[in-house]
Amino acid sequence: MATEATGGGLEFKPMEQFEVKALFGETVAWYTPTNVTLWLFLTALAAISLLVLGSRGRAIVPSRAQSVAELTYGLVHKMIEDIAGKEGLRYFPYILTLFLFVAFANLLGLVPMAFTVTSHIAVTGILAMAVFVGVTAIGFIKNGAHFLDLFWVRSAPLAVRPILAVIEVISYFVRPLSLSIRLAGNMIAGHAVIKVFAGFAAIAAVAPVAVVAVVGMYAFEVLVALVQAYVFTILTCVYLKDALHPSH
Amino acid sequence: MFSLLQEAATTAVEITGEEAVVIDETAPHAADAHTYGDAAHYAAESAGLPQLDVTTFGNQIFWLVVTLVVLYLVLSRVAVPRIAAVLSDRQGALTGDLMAAEEFKQKAREAEAAYDKALAEARSEAQRIVAQNRAEIQAELERAIAKADAEIAARTAESEARIREIRASADQSAREVARDVTAALVESLGGTADAAAIDAALDSRMKGFVQ
Amino acid sequence: MEGELANLGKYIGVGLTAFGMGFAALGVGNVAGNFLAGALRNPSAAAGQTATLFIGMAFAEALGIFSFLVALLLMFAV
Repeated sequence: MATEATGGGLEFKPMEQFEVKALFGETVAWYTPTNVTLWLFLTALAAISLLVLGSRGRAIVPSRAQSVAELTYGLVHKMIEDIAGKEGLRYFPYILTLFLFVAFANLLGLVPMAFTVTSHIAVTGILAMAVFVGVTAIGFIKNGAHFLDLFWVRSAPLAVRPILAVIEVISYFVRPLSLSIRLAGNMIAGHAVIKVFAGFAAIAAVAPVAVVAVVGMYAFEVLVALVQAYVFTILTCVYLKDALHPSH
Repeated sequence: MFSLLQEAATTAVEITGEEAVVIDETAPHAADAHTYGDAAHYAAESAGLPQLDVTTFGNQIFWLVVTLVVLYLVLSRVAVPRIAAVLSDRQGALTGDLMAAEEFKQKAREAEAAYDKALAEARSEAQRIVAQNRAEIQAELERAIAKADAEIAARTAESEARIREIRASADQSAREVARDVTAALVESLGGTADAAAIDAALDSRMKGFVQ
Repeated sequence: MEGELANLGKYIGVGLTAFGMGFAALGVGNVAGNFLAGALRNPSAAAGQTATLFIGMAFAEALGIFSFLVALLLMFAV
């Protein structure tokens, strides 16, 4: 590893935590259960237990778990309604799935010794590509050729429109890239920083500072985990709005 | 599944900009670019970034898709309808309760109005009775006073009459006594008592005593 | 590329990408600060614009993350 530094037993391996390992055996084929598989399943389990077990009581006056489930439901529901409008609510279950998946993957990744599935570009890339392909398909199905109005800015002077169209097309195709890299980058950066600070704890003189820094970064990362899930979902809603109402 | 893998592979190459390709049993098309296979192996084996290790992409994507499908199905079939039902139930209960509360409030308002009305009636009735009683008492009082006044007047008149009578009789007897005394005096002095002269003298003298 | 000189260039390049993160921090701070200034002027309208705030911050931050990505690619993939 390029960041390896050997001096006084100081060792930085901030990227080691992201390695994909098979749970049983050595080789990683496409079907092998790996640590990715394990944490993906734990993520799904956590999301399901929040929403399904939480709402099991079906009480008019909700229990604590049920209120959390309802708040999550309400948050995503309101987000779609505010941004994409009533038509967007058709896609509510998928957007809720995305939000819960990203939020729980981020949060579970902060458990010590855990593996963060959303720190992998393969995972976030698929999430972003699913949103991109899905939204583009919805745009063309709902609006037909009018969907291309998204790139043809009618409010701008005619001479500027072709230039704007090029910029709009580029920014449209950058969307899945920025969506996936934002999430993965945030996760990688946060976890790597925590690991680096933890590495400094090997030096006795700076160990207390390092421990305080790790605690502070950890708290910050909890916030980032939730904010990134929120941002991923809200951007999905924005893209969905563009697909449903392409004219500016 | 297969197309997804392909898509992801192209995305991965775009994202990383790396000269690598999916080494995956499920993606035979990857063989098109087998000349870069060594580079990928190098990336995987040496100290590369685990995120850029394309050999594990197939595995991650497969399990991700499985997880997402399971999560989506569970959420859309079980959780979302259940929570939506709970929320609409609550909304229904809330509106029902609010309407009931509004009804009760209306009833309370009506009851208050009725109470106020009864109170006002009772008060006016009481005032009426008081006024009536007062009028009756006043009338009785006036009647009694008038009666008493009349009695007093009658008695006064009677008393005055008696006083006048007594005074008249006292005048008369004083006159008689004076006449008799005068006649006796005149006679004893040797004169002849002239009754008419005596009366005239008496009248002139007694003027001022007898009204 | 191999050799000490190539590594030197690589590390210098990685260090330079850190500037990108700094500028992204300026951008995010700018978004948040302007939001706060607007929110203090008209607090009643602020609640409705939190989504816009997060979108703006996400866009500003994404470009910083891109510079982080460039650093990672330089370190591990080139």
